[in-house]
Amino acid sequence: MSVDTATVKKVASLARIAIDDAAAERLVPELNNILGWIEQLGEVDTSAVQPMTAVIPNTLRLRDDVVNDGDMRDAVLANAPAGEHGFFTVPKVIE
Amino acid sequence: MSDITDLGVAALRDGIRSGAFSAREVADAFIVRVSQARQLNAFIVETPEHALAAAKEADTARAAGETLKPLAGVPIGMKDLFCTKGVQTTAASHMLEGFKPEYESTVSQKLWDAGAGMLGKLNLDQFAMGSSNETSYFGNVISPWRRKDGGNAALAPGGSSGGSSSAISARLCPAATGTDTGGSIRQPAAFTGISGIKPTYGRCSRWGVVAFASSLDQAGPMARDVRDCAIMLEAMAGFDAKDATSLKLDVPKWEDGLNPDLRGKKIGIPKEYRVDGMPSEIEVLWQQGIDWLKDAGAEIVEVSLPHTKYALPAYYIIAPAEASSNLARYDGVRYGQRDLPEGANLQEMYAATRAAGFGPEVQRRILIGTYVLSAGFYDAYYTQAQKVRTLIAQDFEKAWAQCDLLLTPTAPSAAFALGEKSADPLAMYLNDVFTVPSSLAGIPAMSVPGGLDAGGLPLGLQIIGKPLDEQGVLNAGLAIEQRAGFTARPEQWW
Repeated sequence: MSVDTATVKKVASLARIAIDDAAAERLVPELNNILGWIEQLGEVDTSAVQPMTAVIPNTLRLRDDVVNDGDMRDAVLANAPAGEHGFFTVPKVIE
Repeated sequence: MSDITDLGVAALRDGIRSGAFSAREVADAFIVRVSQARQLNAFIVETPEHALAAAKEADTARAAGETLKPLAGVPIGMKDLFCTKGVQTTAASHMLEGFKPEYESTVSQKLWDAGAGMLGKLNLDQFAMGSSNETSYFGNVISPWRRKDGGNAALAPGGSSGGSSSAISARLCPAATGTDTGGSIRQPAAFTGISGIKPTYGRCSRWGVVAFASSLDQAGPMARDVRDCAIMLEAMAGFDAKDATSLKLDVPKWEDGLNPDLRGKKIGIPKEYRVDGMPSEIEVLWQQGIDWLKDAGAEIVEVSLPHTKYALPAYYIIAPAEASSNLARYDGVRYGQRDLPEGANLQEMYAATRAAGFGPEVQRRILIGTYVLSAGFYDAYYTQAQKVRTLIAQDFEKAWAQCDLLLTPTAPSAAFALGEKSADPLAMYLNDVFTVPSSLAGIPAMSVPGGLDAGGLPLGLQIIGKPLDEQGVLNAGLAIEQRAGFTARPEQWW
């Protein structure tokens, strides 16, 4: 599989990273180089295996359904680029 | 005492305990050395006050006749991927420049609880993505090693834990934390002639470690010898309820269990690790390692790990895919940099913030990851890579029927010059060829220095073990260390 400029721009949009046309064009051969290399995985017969979802077999622990954390609003907001009245602020979303 | 900085973790710990020197003397000596080595760019932030506070606590405790903590008064470096409360944590990225966590990572907290002090936050490849420490927003780290051809080409310290490897080999700290996702502890250790171990996945908590690829990331120690790695790993490891993948197991006494007698052990030599174009010096070192392990009493067997060559491409699908998910959190809303162009809406804020905050390699990997996870490609790429991952893990499981440990080179070359490979991402990725398979399988692996190449640069040997057999890995590492007699050190040019 290979990408073209339009695909690169679409992927960048999905990843929410702004790239201009020049950057998108530069990325095409870079990404195609890498994608061409990873193509070789298609050679492997994987019909008999499941995808690996757990690296080391483990069970997902459960805990009691009680509140044992939180109540630290100021710490949570301490690194906010912009905040007001105990909220994170962002550009207006509602049209 | 200028030779205090030549001492390793065990010697410093024991010397402070016995009163041979004070923790204050130790902290002072390393603080001075750190301040004189800024040319290496190993540290992003220096924190002498933290090291001095730990030293004071150790000296006070000793004067009061108390039992000292396991690492009382030992100053270390902390890779700038671990959140340290109140101290800038950047992941070497502009995105987190100025970010001061409101909490401490589990692994760093365990080290402070053990009495260690922090000399500073160590530079690394940005978001742990890289093999040469050339992707940091805060500039390249320079290896203290130079080729003996008389030239002064700046060499790569390896990556992503390049600040850690550079600092330890330059004697700026006796040990440091690293993280290893595809080789980022082991390869820099090999490049700089030090030791480093990536434990079994789940041994060390990932809570508070800036996430790159969650199914691969593992914290681990880097130090100048195997004993020091064992001491550090004991302090760093352990169950953490805040990490869902943390193993609920007691931490073994790895230091006490060190035993370089390998009689009864079988060491597998995987034939697929003999790659085309591998420098003959690496072949020679590998054979040397085999001879050393035989001398230690081990039996050598040739084994096959048939899917080895697919490990790197599988990794470069899985790791970027997980990275694209993990780095989605950097959106300029709650922490980190925000870029808000005039009149921008929320989506434009995200896009501008992320374009400005992430370096080129990080962006490249996020884009690859996004692409392989996107609709229409998910099965062909990501699912296929996950299946290949199962096959790679099965290769190791089958090998354990014939051997207890594996011996391989750590890296396909000695350290290269900065700039030599940065033009081609693919050439850079090939550095990880020997380290990635054990990362994908989640099994423990360590690099120990084996010797020098013709250019006078360190070469490392890698020992890979069964899940949870860090002791076996450390023991084989110690057997090699005792026979390799590696005493080479970089000549100070800074």
